[in-house]
Amino acid sequence: MQWEAVIGLELHAQLATRTKIFSGASTAYGAEANTQACAIDLGMPGMLPVLNERAVRFAVRLGLALGAEVAGRSVFARKNYFYPDLPKGYQISQYEIPVVGTGHLDIELEDGSRKRIGVTRAHLEEDAGKSLHEGFTGMSGIDLNRAGTPLLEIVSEPELRSAKEAVAYMKKMHSLVRYLGICDGNMQEGSFRCDANVSVRPVGQLEFGTRAELKNLNSFRFVERAINFEIERQIELIEDGGTVVQETRLFDPDRGETRSMRGKEEAHDYRYFPDPDLLPLEITPGFIEEVRAELPELPDAKRARFAGDYGLPDYDAGVLTSSRELADYFEAVASSCGDAKLAANWVMGEFSGALNKAGLDIADSPVDAEALAGLLRRIVDETISGKIAKEVFEAMWQGEGDADTVIADRGLEQVTDSSAIEAMVDEAIAANPQQLEQYRAGKTKLMGFFVGQVMKASGGKANPQQVNEILKQRLDG
Amino acid sequence: MHDRTIAELGAALERGECSSVELTRSTLDAIEQAAELNAFITLTPETALAEAAAADAARARGEAGPLTGVPIAHKDIFCTEGTRTSCASRMLDGFVPPYDAFVVSQLRAAGAVSVGKTNMDEFAMGSSNETSWYGAVRNPWDTGTVPGGSSGGSAAAVAARLVPGATGTDTGGSIRQPAALTGISGLKPTYGRISRYGMIAFASSLDQAGPMATTAEDLAIMLQAMAGFDRRDSTCVDQPVPDYRAALGDGNLRGLRVGLPREYFEADGVDSEVARAVEAAVEALREGGAEIREISLPNTGLAVPVYYVIAPAEASSNLSRFDGVRYGHRCDDPADLEDLYKRSRGEGFGEEVKRRIMVGTYALSAGYYDAYYLKAQQVRRMIRDDFARAFEEVDVIAGPTAPSTAFALGAKSDDPVQMYLSDIFTIAVNLAGLPALSVPAGFGGGRPVGLQLIGNHFDEACLLGAAHGYQQLTDWHTRRPSLEG
Repeated sequence: MQWEAVIGLELHAQLATRTKIFSGASTAYGAEANTQACAIDLGMPGMLPVLNERAVRFAVRLGLALGAEVAGRSVFARKNYFYPDLPKGYQISQYEIPVVGTGHLDIELEDGSRKRIGVTRAHLEEDAGKSLHEGFTGMSGIDLNRAGTPLLEIVSEPELRSAKEAVAYMKKMHSLVRYLGICDGNMQEGSFRCDANVSVRPVGQLEFGTRAELKNLNSFRFVERAINFEIERQIELIEDGGTVVQETRLFDPDRGETRSMRGKEEAHDYRYFPDPDLLPLEITPGFIEEVRAELPELPDAKRARFAGDYGLPDYDAGVLTSSRELADYFEAVASSCGDAKLAANWVMGEFSGALNKAGLDIADSPVDAEALAGLLRRIVDETISGKIAKEVFEAMWQGEGDADTVIADRGLEQVTDSSAIEAMVDEAIAANPQQLEQYRAGKTKLMGFFVGQVMKASGGKANPQQVNEILKQRLDG
Repeated sequence: MHDRTIAELGAALERGECSSVELTRSTLDAIEQAAELNAFITLTPETALAEAAAADAARARGEAGPLTGVPIAHKDIFCTEGTRTSCASRMLDGFVPPYDAFVVSQLRAAGAVSVGKTNMDEFAMGSSNETSWYGAVRNPWDTGTVPGGSSGGSAAAVAARLVPGATGTDTGGSIRQPAALTGISGLKPTYGRISRYGMIAFASSLDQAGPMATTAEDLAIMLQAMAGFDRRDSTCVDQPVPDYRAALGDGNLRGLRVGLPREYFEADGVDSEVARAVEAAVEALREGGAEIREISLPNTGLAVPVYYVIAPAEASSNLSRFDGVRYGHRCDDPADLEDLYKRSRGEGFGEEVKRRIMVGTYALSAGYYDAYYLKAQQVRRMIRDDFARAFEEVDVIAGPTAPSTAFALGAKSDDPVQMYLSDIFTIAVNLAGLPALSVPAGFGGGRPVGLQLIGNHFDEACLLGAAHGYQQLTDWHTRRPSLEG
């Protein structure tokens, strides 16, 4: 039988506000346990939540970027359950009426085609704290620094049909929230998290199969592996005569499999009801327009502009706009060196390669955009060849200074003086009479041999075009 | 000095008849002598005397206001920095907050001297002050009877003239009903008039702090200090605070339109002596120049059932934070997490609190939410609409505060529904978010009867003016119980 996977993602983006969603405590990552939790975050008696306006602004940004309805009136609700890292015994979230309604995100599939994925909703909520199980005996520690951190939960329609599509959607959303400046996207620190709902059904069947919810997917790679494992598991289960049960499953990256959390989890009745400590959130059309005006250029628009204005292939435009930082870097290099195609090739090639190899973000790159542009200008004005430029780039990366310094220190300036090149050509011809004879006898492909000899003699610095011209003159002359 | 109102004490202090330190000392002595009332959970003599000395110094600098140096007490539901705040629960027996409630800091800023924390029903859940972990409070008019609740300690303390004023909170009548049962004046302001910051929540959409004192004028003085916008409470309303004392006027009631809800006087279970006293009070208002009109609040009978869905629902969630993890009571040697929760909460909460958590949890449960919570919210809107229609015709609504006078200790302890009916006339006001007060209006069998006046949203000035006018015509508010040592 032919099977089809049905996947929906719930993405949790931690909003990059300085303070928490309902208190003035800092949201900075990595502080000593419980040093960034105020009386409100600790759920002390008599403490009340006060909504952070910036978190609302960020939610509206995403809503606008997804072409979604922004609710004029949304409601915060309490999700009630007991857990030691949940100080109030309830999480403030949005339930029946979220701040962002139906929208969509276009993703690109492997064959280059595009697919529109529906976004069901996005709602604001507070994060819980963390339980610490290491370093305690017979007890657990609780760190409430994270409690009250603002989250935007973004729920997709079940319109993804493979692990690859799911990853493409997640990457696109990841790029979008960073473009919008609403989330730092740091997956290792948990700033961008994913739960996946996965089911399978025979191709052609309209009804959905029973779904499993996969948790603990904190990298793109894990999302892909976990979903693929789960699809296979469900198909095998059904083909062996079993049935899928609706449950939460945890991905174990070491074993590459998903495991049922059943048994540990009790049937929860969260007893949602509107939080009486918070008035309904009212967003005026004026506020929405204010947020719209501050929206940056979004990835799809930027990609189209790169392709149009810079004449870049669509693929290159896509790669360069995959993150706002990369796009900004490229634009800075292109405008400074004056050759967009050269800039595109270098940013996607040498530069991205070096970043990947070093595991660095653009912000931490030892070669900034102006420095790279300085190097490319030397290619454009023929001070060095593209090949030498790679050596210069390597030296710049190692901290040897800007392009001109490296070129001067290492004496890499291209030789364009015709008399100097003529001398080297003559020398090469004189040193290889046998080859000269053969060449003149018609073995013209020995031209390459002579070019190589001259370039070698010049330490790679001779202008290749001039070398070619002069050699041809002499050999044929 | 102990027979004087806040207004009189302020004047006496200003004239230099005594200092605040002297007044505070004698207040503390009087409280000690009236220990049998069990009106206080915690006394704070040291900080009180320090505040009194500071008040005297402020007065010497010419910086005294009407509350400067006047001793008051706070219901033990208001968090006080550095002083135990128990909410009359074993759960918070050892809890010392690191912050002051808005009400506490406002009154301190106005110069009032806080002598301690008053007893109350546990987590403000009760109408008799018998659910306190620290024992029942006794009514100074008859120590065999209850003072009402939940602000029973504040009511008893003011009624016995231990302090001239005290703070209370009112979720379904917790200021007005004990005020009525102890023969004092008590005001529940409009929802949102006073910040709930630092006030331990029972039912967030109903809870409201307010003043308790012997006269309407004193209520005005206290409210002046307690009201005001506070952005730390999102439900607090940014409304200008009028000069309440100035708005009392000369007590003239001419032109005041007073509505009598037919349903309040037809209600079953109203004691005849209460009815007689309230009728006489209405007659006094008429003689004072008020225009009396019969009105209708057709959904009056639904208020108690609606309240006992909404209030426990909110409470069940509000009280989840008391889990033994971060503060409050924790059971000994928990075997695991579930054991920690069950025993900490099982031991920390009393019976009435547990009952309401159970009721509220049930009302919010999947499958019941629509039938209970949602339906109750719909009826709540109908009740609000009833009042809105009534206030198109009248300025205040009058009626009994409670259906009976103070009842004997233990009389209703085994019958929660009878107990809940004590609040039959006060509850609708909270559901509608309106301001209302109770003033002494006579006696039945030697026990005080309260007259309730209900006002329109943020019209406390009109309400206080009406009560003040009534107190110019009557002297019930000057009666005090004789406490035999």
